[in-house]
Amino acid sequence: MSELNAKIPVGPLAEKWTTYKNSINLISPANKRSLDVIVVGTGLAGGSAAATLAELGYNVKAFCFQDSPRRAHSVAAQGGINAAKNYTGDGDSVYRLFYDTIKGGDYRSREANVYRLAEVSSNIIDQCVAQGVPFAREYGGLLANRSFGGVQVSRTFYAKGQTGQQLLLGVYSALNRQIARGKIEMFNRHEMLDVVLLGDKARGIISRNLVSGAIDRHSAHAVVIASGGYGNLFYLSTYAMGCNASAAWKAHKRGAFLANPCFNQIHPTAIPVGGPNQSKLTLMSESLRNDGRIWVPKDQEDAKALREGVKQPNDIADADRDYYLERQYPAFGNLVPRDVASRAAKERCDAGYGVNVTGQAVFLDFHSAIYRFGKEQARIKGLDTDDDRLITRLGEEVIKGKYGNLFQMYQKIIDQDPYKTPMMIYPTTHYTMGGLWVDYNLMTTVPGLFAIGEANFSDHGANRLGASALMQGLADGYFILPYTIGDYLSQDIGTGKIPTTTIEFEEAELQVTERIHRLINNKGSHPVDYFHKKLGTIMWQYCGINRNKKGLETAMEEIKSVRLAFWENAIVPGTAEEFNEELAKAGRLADFLELAELYAKDALFREESCGAHMREEFRTTDGEALRNDTDFAHVAAWEYKGEPRNALLHKEKLVYENIEVKQRSYR
Amino acid sequence: MKLNLKIWRQKDARSKGEMKDYPINGIEGDMSFLEMLDVLNEELINKGEEPVQFDHDCREGICGSCSLQINGEPHGPDRLVTTCQLHMRKFNDGDTIVIEPFRATAFPVIKDLVIDRSAFDRIQQVGGYISVNTSGNTVDANATPIEKEKADDSFYAATCIGCGACVAACKNASAMLFTSAKVSQFALLPQGRVEATERVQSMVRQMDLEGFGNCTNTGACEVECPKGISLENIARMNREYLSAKLKG
Ligand SMILES: Cc1cc2nc3c(=O)[nH]c(=O)nc-3n(C[C@H](O)[C@H](O)[C@H](O)COP(=O)(O)OP(=O)(O)OC[C@H]3O[C@@H](n4cnc5c(N)ncnc54)[C@H](O)[C@@H]3O)c2cc1C
Ligand code: SF4
Ligand code: FES
Repeated sequence: MSELNAKIPVGPLAEKWTTYKNSINLISPANKRSLDVIVVGTGLAGGSAAATLAELGYNVKAFCFQDSPRRAHSVAAQGGINAAKNYTGDGDSVYRLFYDTIKGGDYRSREANVYRLAEVSSNIIDQCVAQGVPFAREYGGLLANRSFGGVQVSRTFYAKGQTGQQLLLGVYSALNRQIARGKIEMFNRHEMLDVVLLGDKARGIISRNLVSGAIDRHSAHAVVIASGGYGNLFYLSTYAMGCNASAAWKAHKRGAFLANPCFNQIHPTAIPVGGPNQSKLTLMSESLRNDGRIWVPKDQEDAKALREGVKQPNDIADADRDYYLERQYPAFGNLVPRDVASRAAKERCDAGYGVNVTGQAVFLDFHSAIYRFGKEQARIKGLDTDDDRLITRLGEEVIKGKYGNLFQMYQKIIDQDPYKTPMMIYPTTHYTMGGLWVDYNLMTTVPGLFAIGEANFSDHGANRLGASALMQGLADGYFILPYTIGDYLSQDIGTGKIPTTTIEFEEAELQVTERIHRLINNKGSHPVDYFHKKLGTIMWQYCGINRNKKGLETAMEEIKSVRLAFWENAIVPGTAEEFNEELAKAGRLADFLELAELYAKDALFREESCGAHMREEFRTTDGEALRNDTDFAHVAAWEYKGEPRNALLHKEKLVYENIEVKQRSYR
Repeated sequence: MKLNLKIWRQKDARSKGEMKDYPINGIEGDMSFLEMLDVLNEELINKGEEPVQFDHDCREGICGSCSLQINGEPHGPDRLVTTCQLHMRKFNDGDTIVIEPFRATAFPVIKDLVIDRSAFDRIQQVGGYISVNTSGNTVDANATPIEKEKADDSFYAATCIGCGACVAACKNASAMLFTSAKVSQFALLPQGRVEATERVQSMVRQMDLEGFGNCTNTGACEVECPKGISLENIARMNREYLSAKLKG
């Protein structure tokens, strides 16, 4: 075990980034033209990085597995993006955004990185508006804001329930501009299957063309991994079907440390599981908790009647409802952070108060908000403020204006009208705080291999606050990596083109093809999804909202046996030389089955509770997460050593000089 | 439910395709259309046959990956939904469901139901952006107030997911709805006005080069668009195009 050096610049927190930018090596425009960068992934993080690097003059090759960069899973982000603009004048500042993020992450993130993130946040909004991102506006023509969980200011910018889509289309347009200039070569429907190191440096990748099956070598002076999160370990999640850990896991196997893999966010408000053929879960944005109130019945008999369909939600009188978040957390109410809200929902359902057929759901109710907004509108418009039908109609219009597309999605899936009857929601896997370990430069432990966006571990500690992933992705890509990578590349101005004919490329390509042939020639007895569902069940049972020692040990064994069974028994139809989704899925699952074991090991080693990592053995008397700052105020960064369970632990000590470390309280 | 599926099978871009029959059983109304295809594929794989390939990713109606012409309609019989959000409760026991790829010369088939929509990317590459640098500082976001109504209209145009249903719905396979949505998003914003003339001309030129057909105002695109992109965008683009032509 060793102590990791995060290369944090010296000096006062608020000046670190400026000092750093003033002291790094620069590269002349002419020299940039002889430097190549590979960017794996073109979501918010990779897309913004590729566009900016190309604009600065580097030659960029960018990769995504979808048929267009516009479809990266960033597109699905709904609620919003934070920035310390303080447009609402409610006391927000860079320091407050920094403070909220560190606290929200339960004091397990790195001060210097988070401060830098808060510092560049407001520039992101300026940038996006200049690019034509149509954010929501007030009647006066200025930008609108709303609130997200875990904070007491309104700093979230949004575009209805489609913020991620609008930001990603902004990134996509910036990418297109550089593609048109010939500065980015875009490889759609290509999957990265390995990183290639020459000496100790990352110098290229091996990719598979998902249409033809062709395996190709690509070289560059640096490689950036921006491949998103690994929540699909759980099979069911709010991630897109193709989201995978392969790029990050391959980087890990080539020497990049993987940090805090067990820090995984379970989002409190997704549409509950319907049946055994369910393939994914749909999020209902956290922004809904601005106006929706969460409740279950006070009486178990009522809950039973609801489950059996004998009673309908509107049959339960207000006095018989338990608005349990408002009751337990009066200071933050329905806007407590996600980890807290998820645990509370599980606790209520486990105690027998769950409401849908499965008993695994709570209500999210807009009735009060509809009434409040309706009354306000009636007053503004000079209409009858006692006409209940009018008020309901006006109120519904306001809610529709704010969340229309989310309500429509809910209605299509559940076949109920959420304007009239409360939504049913339940927690599900949503975001992974863990990821490739990076230093202040966003570089992994492999020189020349960078990681940005959800693929790295850096800013969210043990729990991410809402609306901060979009912020981080764009901050990394537009404003941070373009500087830090330049400092690294300045040593390569005389290097010249990197050849792809070396033995290292040859070996990596061979390994990739061998694995593909092993998968395709495996005459097994079950399709890939059969194993993926098994993995998901293990993850949810032992590595989800609550964990304990015995469960995690069991998980490690069971994951290993599913992995062995997969390699023995999976069927992959078709051939390797064609469009073959089952083959792509098999490769991704093979990597998940390794990563999952390390995830469980990480959770086992972290003998404390913090943020989303709730070890049942370590709880306060109120049932909240009980941190152990003496022994665990560190990042756990794992080095690959053959089998996932043999990974070697390295620690980065977390030092808080600008924030007082406290027991987190939202009560 | 018991259903009779008729599905387009095509080995690759060069091969000729054909419709094949697949009876299927035990489908629940709460399953999504793609989950129904998952069930079919699982059966096919277990029988040692090749599964049906189709594009999909988010499965929540936002990425624009899924497509499918279902009983002659892009994204099937429901309105304002993509195929991934279409639920089997829209069908009845015993129904025959015909499933084909979106058909258009500019969207060649890659395999089975998977098509190549890169023509859409190329239309965007010739002008679907505002030429500002992403690395530098720019003015404060609130320096230019924008009328809420215009900002909202711009947003609605920008909610196009690039799925291609408008093309598949059109008897001429025109891409006017798609292209006009992007042109409109920028035309409605002060930031986008600067390059408006150049943008509309380039994008329309590329649209024609890609082999999309002419618009004859049938309005079929608007009906089938899962995101409710309005025909007003086409009218706006026509105005923009005309005034660009007048400017030369
Ligand atoms: C439903 C939902 C709602 C959300 N809402 C919000 C919100 O309101 N606010 C907020 O801040 N955050 C939100 N988040 C989180 C946020 O959207 C993501 O964390 C963020 O967008 C991730 O961006 P990214 O660029 O890191 O990854 P992604 O957008 O996932 O992009 C990954 C890219 O990598 C590519 N890729 C992956 N693997 C490979 C490979 N092996 N080879 C080649 N390419 C590969 C993909 O093709 C893609 O281009 C939400 C997340 C979800 C799922
Ligand atoms: S306009 Fe509608 S149908 Fe056409 S690509 Fe956009 S979302 Fe799809
Ligand atoms: S799969 Fe994303 S829109 Fe249907």
